[in-house]
Amino acid sequence: MAVLQFREAIRDAIDEEMGLDERVYIMGEEVAEYNGAYKVTEGLLDKYGLKRVIDTPISELGFAGIGVGSAMNGLRPIVEFMTFNFAVLAADQIINHATKVRYMFGGQVGCPIVFRGPNASAGQLGATHSVAYDSMYAHFPGLKVIYVSEPDDAKGLMKAAIRDDNPVLFMESEQMYGMKGEVSDDKDYIIPIGKAKIKREGSDVTIVAHGKMYHVAKQAAEQLAKDGIEAEIIDPRTVKPFDLETVIKSVKKTNRCVIVDEAHPFGGLAAEVGFLIQRDAFDYLDAPVKRVTLPDVNAPFAKNLFDLWLPSPKQVIDAVNAVTYRN
Amino acid sequence: MAQKIEMPKLSDTMEEGVIAKWNVKEGDKVSAGDVIADVETDKATMEVEVFDPGTVLKILVKEGEAVPLGGIMAIIGEEGEDISGLLGGDSDEKPAKKEEKPKKEEKSAEKESAGKEEKFDPIFGGIDEEKSSDGSRVKASPLARKMAEDKGINLGSVNGSGPEGRIVKKDIEDYKESASTAGKAASFTEGESEDVKISQMRKVIARRLSESKFTAPHFYETIDIDMKAAVKARTQLNEMSDVKISFNDIVVKACAAALRRHPDVNSSWLDDKIRKHGDVHVAVAVAVDEGLMTPVLRHADKKSLAAISEETKELAALARDRKLQPEQMEGSTFTISNLGMFGIEEFTAIINPPNACILAVGAIRDVPVVENGAVVPGKRMKVTLSSDHRIVDGAKAAQFLSTLRSMIENPLAMLL
Repeated sequence: MAVLQFREAIRDAIDEEMGLDERVYIMGEEVAEYNGAYKVTEGLLDKYGLKRVIDTPISELGFAGIGVGSAMNGLRPIVEFMTFNFAVLAADQIINHATKVRYMFGGQVGCPIVFRGPNASAGQLGATHSVAYDSMYAHFPGLKVIYVSEPDDAKGLMKAAIRDDNPVLFMESEQMYGMKGEVSDDKDYIIPIGKAKIKREGSDVTIVAHGKMYHVAKQAAEQLAKDGIEAEIIDPRTVKPFDLETVIKSVKKTNRCVIVDEAHPFGGLAAEVGFLIQRDAFDYLDAPVKRVTLPDVNAPFAKNLFDLWLPSPKQVIDAVNAVTYRN
Repeated sequence: MAQKIEMPKLSDTMEEGVIAKWNVKEGDKVSAGDVIADVETDKATMEVEVFDPGTVLKILVKEGEAVPLGGIMAIIGEEGEDISGLLGGDSDEKPAKKEEKPKKEEKSAEKESAGKEEKFDPIFGGIDEEKSSDGSRVKASPLARKMAEDKGINLGSVNGSGPEGRIVKKDIEDYKESASTAGKAASFTEGESEDVKISQMRKVIARRLSESKFTAPHFYETIDIDMKAAVKARTQLNEMSDVKISFNDIVVKACAAALRRHPDVNSSWLDDKIRKHGDVHVAVAVAVDEGLMTPVLRHADKKSLAAISEETKELAALARDRKLQPEQMEGSTFTISNLGMFGIEEFTAIINPPNACILAVGAIRDVPVVENGAVVPGKRMKVTLSSDHRIVDGAKAAQFLSTLRSMIENPLAMLL
């Protein structure tokens, strides 16, 4: 085990997989000469050369298309978006091509590709740079969506994503790149896609939180513990396929659930998981499932409004108090 | 052509019958009129005959199992005949499941007809619909609802602590705690409990008597009867008669005569009307091993004491052997329950529907009585009449009891 930054954990995963399989290459804006906009790809150009570490113009649709085409022809590309907010331009390649080629060609052609980059907001960046896209992409059949919260998960799941034979969206966060944590240095450290992790055990309430929201939930749980409420935090890590089994098992134990999601409320992960819980654990619920999400409003720029907009530990505590009938 | 042998309606009130014994096995040849099975109904053990000759092709129900009315018990036909069509194509299980249908239909039909009564039944209404004390819908979390169901707690009696009075897990846990502490305090040693299968008879007793007690508003009147003359008359009668007359026979005879004079007591409540019965049929409660039966002495008012005595003995013996036929238990207009032989001084009985009244007869006691200013030994017997207030009012019941008393106190009056 080594203590690594989030960005280093991702880099190690990419480096190890590139070392193991020469079909793996990385492509994106400033990934090569500049060593990556967020230094995730630092040192990779020197190690693997211009043929496997490729700088692209600012044309997300174009290089996403090159990635999909090369994947269909036998390579295993990793396409970096400087943020998924910019990948909206590449959505046609992701949604209409990468996710559908295997289906439409009856399995004759595959598309083993990883699209990765930071997701959601990162402070005062304005409405167009602050959207969480994991729920939106998870809507489409054929796409796997990962949004991790800690360096170790990042490494194990990035390696799993690169080795997966189908398109995977791997989401990170500008605000988490510097976060440190113990990371496995096993060359074959694979965390299976679709497997949640119970990151804190508790018996009073289940909190489902992934990505940056895991850290919000963690702060809330620490505060609640001082009040005698033990929250169980489940980090699904993979948004799709979603590990419902782990969540249901926990809800059957705690009888209450709060879902924290960085996306807008309508039709998001929190809505879906809330539905699944009532479907599979109805008789175990002692209170309606609560969710803490963004409001149905675009990101404000003003600091005071932005702070109100983003889910906070206080909102999570309020929701827990509501489902445990403590207010 | 193979035929299904279905569970026949062996009594007016049966909903299912239990196969007490199979007299045939698969492959046996049967002729018309053969008794193929003994079936235990809610009232008696009855014989089931076949109407057509043939071979028993399939027996679908084991001994001890219940079959709903109209359910298939067996299939009889030509030897080697294909009966898969009758069995619904495959396994033996199928017909048994199918049988549930008619039962349900019958039940729902019964419910409809009983609907009117249920409206007036605050107790059953409360249990079925889980109304809270103010009559509004009970709000409970799904978990609390399930916990209450598992523990047999009526949600209507739980106070909800959640928003808008929602009953939550904690409320059910607290409810259970208070109940179980009470239970613990009362029990000193833990004996071994035994769960006993409920017999058909007990089911009927449970259903009919609960129905009676919860629907018919009972009221009770007790009267003390001087038995001196009756004791004397009985001794004289028994010297003359071949049949031994009991005090109960005298009570039956006196009741029958009194009922003739008080047709209101000899009535039934029929929801939209009261029927004053043209005949006097007196039922006598007989204790049997599993419960009690009420054989009926038809036209008791027209029978002599000797005839009543003889018939009562016969019917009681049949009841104890569970050989009573349904018609021997049906059509009563009044019931007498006597616990005098156990030394019970007085008690109240639950009305045997559709009767209006039931008479509970106590023991004849030797008591000091005042006669012409002096205390002398006397013989007294208390009887308590339970009446359905929908039909009989206090004064009417009192008048009946008064007539009854004068009959027993002056046995000659019964001859009038």
